[in-house]
Amino acid sequence: MPAIQFNKVDIVFGDRRGKAPALIDQGKTRDEILAATGAVLGAAGIDLTVERGEICVLMGLSGSGKSTVLRAVNGLNEVARGSVLVSHDGAAVDVTHCDDATLREIRMRTVSMVFQQFGLLPWRSVRENVGFGLEIRGMPAAERRRIVDEKLAMVGLSQWADKHAQELSGGMQQRVGLARAFATDAEILLMDEPFSALDPLIRDKMQDELLDLQRRIQKTILFVSHDLDEAMKIGSKIAIMEAGCIVQCGTAEDILLRPATPYVAEFVKHTNPLNVLRGHSVMTPACSVRRSDGTVLLDRDGLVRMRVDAGDRPVGVEVNGREGSLGRVNGNAGAFDTPCDIIVAPVELKLATTIALKRKTDHPIIFVDADGKLAGLCGDDEIYGSLLRRSA
Amino acid sequence: MYSWLTEHKIPLGSWIKSFVDFLNQHAQWLFDWISLVLGTLIEGLTDLLLAVPPLLLIAIFAGIAYGLHRSFRLAAFTAIAFLLVINLGYWQPTIETLALVIWATLVCVVVGVPIGIAAAHRPWLYAGIRPALDLMQTIPTFVYLIPTLVLFGLGTVPGLISTVIFAIPAPIRLTHLGITSVPAQLREAGQAFGATKRQLLYKVELPHAMPTIMAGITQCIMLSLSMVVIAALVGADGLGKPVVRALNSVNIGMGFEAGAAIVLLAIVLDRVCKRPERRKGAR
Repeated sequence: MPAIQFNKVDIVFGDRRGKAPALIDQGKTRDEILAATGAVLGAAGIDLTVERGEICVLMGLSGSGKSTVLRAVNGLNEVARGSVLVSHDGAAVDVTHCDDATLREIRMRTVSMVFQQFGLLPWRSVRENVGFGLEIRGMPAAERRRIVDEKLAMVGLSQWADKHAQELSGGMQQRVGLARAFATDAEILLMDEPFSALDPLIRDKMQDELLDLQRRIQKTILFVSHDLDEAMKIGSKIAIMEAGCIVQCGTAEDILLRPATPYVAEFVKHTNPLNVLRGHSVMTPACSVRRSDGTVLLDRDGLVRMRVDAGDRPVGVEVNGREGSLGRVNGNAGAFDTPCDIIVAPVELKLATTIALKRKTDHPIIFVDADGKLAGLCGDDEIYGSLLRRSA
Repeated sequence: MYSWLTEHKIPLGSWIKSFVDFLNQHAQWLFDWISLVLGTLIEGLTDLLLAVPPLLLIAIFAGIAYGLHRSFRLAAFTAIAFLLVINLGYWQPTIETLALVIWATLVCVVVGVPIGIAAAHRPWLYAGIRPALDLMQTIPTFVYLIPTLVLFGLGTVPGLISTVIFAIPAPIRLTHLGITSVPAQLREAGQAFGATKRQLLYKVELPHAMPTIMAGITQCIMLSLSMVVIAALVGADGLGKPVVRALNSVNIGMGFEAGAAIVLLAIVLDRVCKRPERRKGAR
């Protein structure tokens, strides 16, 4: 069961929104619906599934309906048509049609939220702010304090517990917002442009912290952003929205390499591919490398040959007639420093790391899959090609 | 046309009069009862305050001023102001006025703040009561002084009622303003964590609106004080009485002295009730 599932969700604002669904079915645009009924189309035909433990980013320009969709998950926005299923206590609950008590339960225990302008209560101390959700739930003060102090330690704000929220810097305030959202131990976290109000450097740091926290606590996160670089950095899945519709949904690499519409292509044009593209979309695949006598030729003249075993796993290398050495890189380690002739790296390596490794060797990087089997080669040509293909 | 208009006068005055007469005849028991309760409360408070030795009471007032604001200057000013009042010989009327102001403010807060909250949550209600509030603040006080006099009889009670009518729009308006100006984001933060309407009110809206509501209450106190002379016209005890007497006997000296006592009381109440400076950094 997915954590969140949107099924054909339409969201319409305005007093006279009754007629809008019919117009959506006729394929009318947002402007036409506004002119005809005075109702504003917030989102139309949203189908989206967010799996447990996934970070799904809703990306789009302001007014594209991304926050609107996010707010449907905890019922802050009313859904005109369709259903939003949230996994709550082991069952899928449709938040658009559940009773108030269930919705309240979901808000208290299953779904919590982080706001763009932090949404902290200025008259409360940091500790009281973090404990807000638990206080609403009616938790006794002593237990609340224990949990709050634990979450404050988690975001590194223990010394600031008794300050007022307003006395903290923007980045710190948002960490209070994060701690408040974590405090209720909700499975699903809604983040509405949480880092947009912060300075670029702080924003970058907060993104790293979020990824780090996510590795430890494994929540399901639905994240709204207008910044594609941010989306590609943190999202395991990205849904790009335009005028209330999702125009493309996929991984960062999918979107970067295969933009579905000119609108998406326009976005992608300005993003940095170094941390998005991975080995398999850069390399020359194993099936098209040049081979001879059970070896793989690594240069034009056939002077550098890599031997592979029966399972196509690299086992050794011959450089200009002498026996060379293979250096193996594990994970995304950029700090690889073993002297060797040929570097063997996992195929999930990011382009940025690949380039860093390539500087240490004159020969192509050998990519291998999880079983150690040859996946492909990546030399200068492949790197330049991957950089150029996008801007061409 | 003109003569037609004057000949067919709308009997507005007699309607109001019959309405008041009707109330007076059929609900006299209710007004008598209200009159009795309020009269007893005000007299009780006055007697209580007068039972305390004046110098001790002044010390208590100065202590309260210090306790609220941590300011020796304010405490000293409070003490000197009341000592001056004793010196001028207006201690008892000052206490009577103080009791009237305290009760008027209490009634205004107890009735006005909930109305303000209800109006903030229901735009149609605010649209409905706004003309009434405007009316209460613009209609000359004497106009409703007459019916209150008829219904509640001479004395402090009609003075209190008129004071409340005049002063209550302030807390209603400012409570409404305070609650409606709560940022949508804070309200949403409350909802997102599952707050009920009641929790939203007590944990988000009221704390946020508190400075504005306090301003409304301070304003309410000042408006109540400004009514003391008019309340004296219908027989309310207090500092208004010497002013009215001075007016009737063209006694310039007495008028000034009583006036000075009113001003001193007003300044002390204003300074003491004003919300202390918020901590640095707080909103």
